[in-house]
Amino acid sequence: MSDAVNVDVKLGVNKFFVDEGNPHIELVENPDPKEFAKLEAACPAGLYKKDESGNIHFDYAGCLECGTCRILCGNTILRKWEYPNGTFGVEYRYG
Amino acid sequence: MSEDKFDAIVVGAGLAGCTAAYLLAQAGLETLVIERGNFPGAKNMTGGRLYAHSLEKIFPNFAEEAPVERCIVHEKISFIDETRSTTLDYASPEAGDPANRSYSVMRSSFDQWLAEKAEDAGASIVPGIRVDDLIVRDGKVCGVIAAGEEMEADVVILADGVNSILGEKLGLVPKVSPHHCAVGVKEIIQLSEQQINDRFGCSGNGGAAWLFAGMPSAGYMGGGFLYTNKESVSLGLVFGLHNVAEVRKSVPQMLEDFKNHPTVKPLIEGGSSVEYSGHVVPEGGLAMLPKMVADGVLIAGDAAGLCLNVGYTVRGMDLAIASGEAAANAVIAAKEKGDFSEGSLSSYKSALENSFVMKDMELYRNLPGFLDNTRMYNEYPEMVTGIMNDLFTINGASAPLRKKVMPHLKKVGFMNLIKDGFKGVKSI
Repeated sequence: MSDAVNVDVKLGVNKFFVDEGNPHIELVENPDPKEFAKLEAACPAGLYKKDESGNIHFDYAGCLECGTCRILCGNTILRKWEYPNGTFGVEYRYG
Repeated sequence: MSEDKFDAIVVGAGLAGCTAAYLLAQAGLETLVIERGNFPGAKNMTGGRLYAHSLEKIFPNFAEEAPVERCIVHEKISFIDETRSTTLDYASPEAGDPANRSYSVMRSSFDQWLAEKAEDAGASIVPGIRVDDLIVRDGKVCGVIAAGEEMEADVVILADGVNSILGEKLGLVPKVSPHHCAVGVKEIIQLSEQQINDRFGCSGNGGAAWLFAGMPSAGYMGGGFLYTNKESVSLGLVFGLHNVAEVRKSVPQMLEDFKNHPTVKPLIEGGSSVEYSGHVVPEGGLAMLPKMVADGVLIAGDAAGLCLNVGYTVRGMDLAIASGEAAANAVIAAKEKGDFSEGSLSSYKSALENSFVMKDMELYRNLPGFLDNTRMYNEYPEMVTGIMNDLFTINGASAPLRKKVMPHLKKVGFMNLIKDGFKGVKSI
């Protein structure tokens, strides 16, 4: 009914302070595809992606720090989940 | 730093944390609030509506000075299927008693206002620092570890939000389960004050709150919401996480489709999106409440799972404020006794039990189960909009009313209607 959503454009209006080189979320190597699919669907920021050739991608920049991935897959395919260090991460101007 | 010991350290400068800090500082306790965002509210997000009563108790007539957006005087609830909607609309003048009002708010400004109140009362607020761990000696929480420093306190209040990693580390908060929470996404869509007044039938500082059941959450537990702010609307939805493996479209796509629904699209036409946010909503009710007190520590707000989704309204902020107040009172009493043990701090729990917080959590204990019924989000919206369609479509000779309604009821099934009706009445 509507076009495919472009979450990156939505994130583009947000204010982020990315802690370059210090990811606060890390995936395990070769994550279980079923678990990964959950995060593809649930992550509000659309950070868990699969490309046309089936390769998976994840980027912690753009994270809204909601914790959805931790709740869904914290025990399965996330090796690390913590809040970004103080001052880093998303900064809501409205909230 | 470690040689000066605080009376209380509060983790998180949200509504629970700042309320607690304000009351503690006002009672003369040395209080430190540590917030990981660059300012209080920087990490916080709400659907958009604050029920005033619990903050009115602490700051009478707060809305006269606090940065609230609009006073909600229009309530709308819509059942929507993919293209149609049926709306229940309630309008009333602004309530005479400020405690009966509710306001649309945005956390980034609102939390800063409340934090300033706590600071004016004497609390120290340190933003931009993440608390990494708690100091625990002989089973008693004695302070926090943040940015490589140890800071000691007689008592720590954890108001660190729905993913309370610190509460989990202590073994007090169970890891949030997908069955007990929803993910919320929201866009702030800028429109002029005049556009909002015209589109939502508002004037002055009056505003509208609008909930949508059915299509927004792709036919699963959840729903859409819209709140009018001064010069923007907050449009979003929540989706129960336990259904994530069943769903065929992503949560961001659900929001996009919701924005494009024929009922919603004209409301936001011409508006520009200025922020996109996401948050987890603790929706488990009574079933997810943690152990809220232990030696030297209390847990408040979202971290304590205090949130109520009652279907026609969703509350969390008024509970957070009341729990912050109850926690502060328990700490003040503990300070007077010089006893910060679990037993002494347990007055927090009894205060919550005697307040609306636990009474409401108890009252609605069966609602999460009742609302987790896909008929609520599929068959019923279809049924209602289908009946409306037949009532309002004229094309030749009319059929008796009863004949128009019956097929729609049959489609859902009479047994289902009776069962859900019975369960619904029982759970409220």
